[in-house]
Amino acid sequence: MTAQQIVEAALAASTVDGQVVYVVDSSEANLRWASNSLTTNGAMRSRQVVVISFVDGGAGMAAGTVARTGTPDVAELVAASEQAARDAGPAEDAMPLIGDVPAGSGEWDAEPATTSIEVFREFAPALGQAFGAAGARDELLFGFAEHQMATTYVGTSTGLRLRHDQPTGRVELNGKSRDFARSVWAGVGTRDFSDVSIEALAAEVEQKLAWSQRRVDLPAGRYETLLPPSTVSDLLIYAYWTMEARDADEGRNVYAKTGGGNRIGERICALPLTLRSDPDEPGLECSPFQVVGGSSGMASVFDNGMATPAIDWISGGVLTNLIRPRAWALQQTAPATAALDNLVLEDPTSTVTTEEMIASTERGLLLTTLWYIREVDPQSLLLTGLTRDGVFLIEDGEVTGAVNNFRFNESPVSLLGRATQASRTERTLPREWNDFFTRAAMPMLRVPDFNMSSVSPAS
Amino acid sequence: MAEPRSVDESFLALPLSALTEAALTRAVDLGCEHADIRVERIRTQTLRLRDARVEAAADGEDLGLAVRVVHEGTWGFAAGVVLTAAEAVRLAEEAVVVAQVSAAVNTDRVELAPEPVYPDAEWVSAYEIDPFAVPEAEKTGLMVELSERLLAADGVEHVQSDVMAVKEQKWYADTAGTRTRQQRVRIHPTFTALTVDRSTGAFESMRTLAPPAGRGWEYLTGSTWNWGAELAEIPELLREKTKAPSVEPGRYDLVVDPSNLFLTIHESIGHATELDRALGYEAAYAGTSFATVDKLGSLQYGSPLMNVTGDRTAEHGLSTVGYDDEGVAGQQWDIVKDGVLVGYQIDRNMARLQGMGRSNGCAFADSAAHVPVQRMANVSLQPDPDGPSTEELIAGVDRGVYVVGDKSWSIDMQRYNFQFTGQRFYKIEGGKLAGQLKDVAYQATTTDFWGSMSRVGGPETYVLGGAFNCGKAQPGQVAPVSHGCPSALFENTTILNTVQEGGQ
Repeated sequence: MTAQQIVEAALAASTVDGQVVYVVDSSEANLRWASNSLTTNGAMRSRQVVVISFVDGGAGMAAGTVARTGTPDVAELVAASEQAARDAGPAEDAMPLIGDVPAGSGEWDAEPATTSIEVFREFAPALGQAFGAAGARDELLFGFAEHQMATTYVGTSTGLRLRHDQPTGRVELNGKSRDFARSVWAGVGTRDFSDVSIEALAAEVEQKLAWSQRRVDLPAGRYETLLPPSTVSDLLIYAYWTMEARDADEGRNVYAKTGGGNRIGERICALPLTLRSDPDEPGLECSPFQVVGGSSGMASVFDNGMATPAIDWISGGVLTNLIRPRAWALQQTAPATAALDNLVLEDPTSTVTTEEMIASTERGLLLTTLWYIREVDPQSLLLTGLTRDGVFLIEDGEVTGAVNNFRFNESPVSLLGRATQASRTERTLPREWNDFFTRAAMPMLRVPDFNMSSVSPAS
Repeated sequence: MAEPRSVDESFLALPLSALTEAALTRAVDLGCEHADIRVERIRTQTLRLRDARVEAAADGEDLGLAVRVVHEGTWGFAAGVVLTAAEAVRLAEEAVVVAQVSAAVNTDRVELAPEPVYPDAEWVSAYEIDPFAVPEAEKTGLMVELSERLLAADGVEHVQSDVMAVKEQKWYADTAGTRTRQQRVRIHPTFTALTVDRSTGAFESMRTLAPPAGRGWEYLTGSTWNWGAELAEIPELLREKTKAPSVEPGRYDLVVDPSNLFLTIHESIGHATELDRALGYEAAYAGTSFATVDKLGSLQYGSPLMNVTGDRTAEHGLSTVGYDDEGVAGQQWDIVKDGVLVGYQIDRNMARLQGMGRSNGCAFADSAAHVPVQRMANVSLQPDPDGPSTEELIAGVDRGVYVVGDKSWSIDMQRYNFQFTGQRFYKIEGGKLAGQLKDVAYQATTTDFWGSMSRVGGPETYVLGGAFNCGKAQPGQVAPVSHGCPSALFENTTILNTVQEGGQ
């Protein structure tokens, strides 16, 4: 059966008040390497079928979700979903199902897009050459390359038939001296690998390893720090994942306002920064409609198919929107919004490049990536984590050596309030979160007093 | 004792033998030195409540097959979801193509450590009530009842509750002749109470301590864990936390309860002794390890009281299996003995490469869509057979902190620098608990921390804790792991104040 046939069969089998069914046909290819040699690889194909049934049991509408892979028995799947809804009881997020067709809903009848190991036919030999060059310098390369293609078909009992093709690719290249004492990183996101240059990544790694030849040990403390775009993305993705309006309205996240309500309308950035998402952002395109398998405070199964147009979360430094499913929006008399799968931070007034920010730094630290970021205090959104794969000392506008790694304790919301300069925005690959969130564009940020809580001896 | 279980007939009814014959025959025909096939069905159910009302009820099943080959010394892996002989053949062919494309970047010829052949093996984990056989209404009803009880308590404004249950079924076969079929069940319920002070903007939470376990629904309804008692205690614990003073940062002696220490073990020992990290396989992602191979047998990991074992055999352990995903039987071995590093967690390829003899069975894939990689065993700190109770540990501390429950965790790329918080912290003064403290985190370096372990609790303090979804590998995978441990005393550990760390 084709994905479209499964959708139609499931909808036809429904015996209850409403149904959403979606099918995700996906394929993937990957290569992974360590110490200048392959470690694992793979080519995968999968199909996920999700049926969400909606049952009005008299006390309110209930929802139940059942998911299967492959070619499930559609009738059994629908029946199981309907029973799950009956067992769940009335849903707090119940709303009429979406009937309006969102923009960009795709060509329903088209076959799913695919990828395969062939995407690496040229990449692999180029990577092999990079291994040879690194080996000649007595350096080792580690990393991962992955390309995924997921085609989602969504059908609803209100008549929606939506389709979206989502390519996702990433390459990470870690370079180390043979004794592992020096370690640096470069990474890039991609839609189709046509824009990936392993030579460029290898050159960046080589440059950073050269910077690392001179070692400077610094103690824990607060430092003027340049956060490159990758680090900014990792911090702000977590802030984005926390932007639940309901939690804020109930007083239990960093966006809650002392005394009641939320902080929308409050200036939270010293700079005129805008944090936004846009399904049509060039190079970061993502689904223009919601696909939700299970409800939470951030999303609702009742909102499947809801349009997800461009939205500002922070505008001109002012918190502008939080993530608010329709049911909570109705209750709060506020606009419904939805999370998208990309994130852009920009200072529209900035013309400075990252190189120029380095050149204008008298003394400070230049980071590369962050790692093991975890929440410490949800009230302030204090996060802990580590610097990783390159902390460099800038003196009089030049990188003069590599510094030890640190553990940091910082809140991304607090950082937004303290950042004193932002570069032009550029596409970047998050390091910590790119398993789950790849599509980001960020500036470099200057923070005058980044809290390096303790020294990490790791390299 | 429950009647011994068998693998579900519905899984065994899949065309496992036909798939095996098709895939392995084709792989051999294409010149593969080794090939294996894995068929997996993973059933996952999540029930999540917000303030005693169902927020999400999701039931998912992931069923697929994977073929992995060694072709001219290079790995190749392919996976799909169509369970037909034709697809099995296609996957074998695709795996060979993957190996051929990848050969351009392979310099280490893949060879596997020898393993006995298990031509007809079956293993099922120790659980009593299949959570997937319990009616959904009954499960929902119990969770609502327990949540309502907590929500009704004074001082509790919100309750988050969830339970995740997994049934995992695997078929593994390889060209050496091994054929294994396995089934295991695991479950993880949690309840969290929250209180909010809108006038100050402060909010606090308190979560149950019950660890995830390799058990069935009996975990919630039986006598293994006293849910009623724990839920009854939470409101008062939460009230005490809201009124607790903020900790004065400094160095304290820590008595760490197993409900927290399991996570410190996970991060600073479990991961650090995964051989793939020590060799650099995870260097670009999850990291490496300070416990490198050249230190095996000589690294003083911790105090002489430190004895840590790895196993895939502990009853109800989340990492417990009959056989791993390379056909290796589950085993038990020493990782740290009298404080010295003596062992790693390894798979067949690494065992061969490093001349370590037999694999100790630590290969795992979280679904058919993923390649098996080295994953953590149950890694456990052994109690002192004559050791003290937790109360006796506390009684021996003049100025310290007692740490209970896990919360935030982070550790660096080589497993050196870590920071943990917990569900609750108590001041210890003159050998007695002197009320809760808040805003507490502890930081240490691994060998300093374990070197400062001056007393280990007795068997009565031992609890099998664990993590339900440990992440590693690329593409990312999750694995469930358990860590048994007693309470223990760690001297002179750095305590931070998290509010001050945030610059407030």
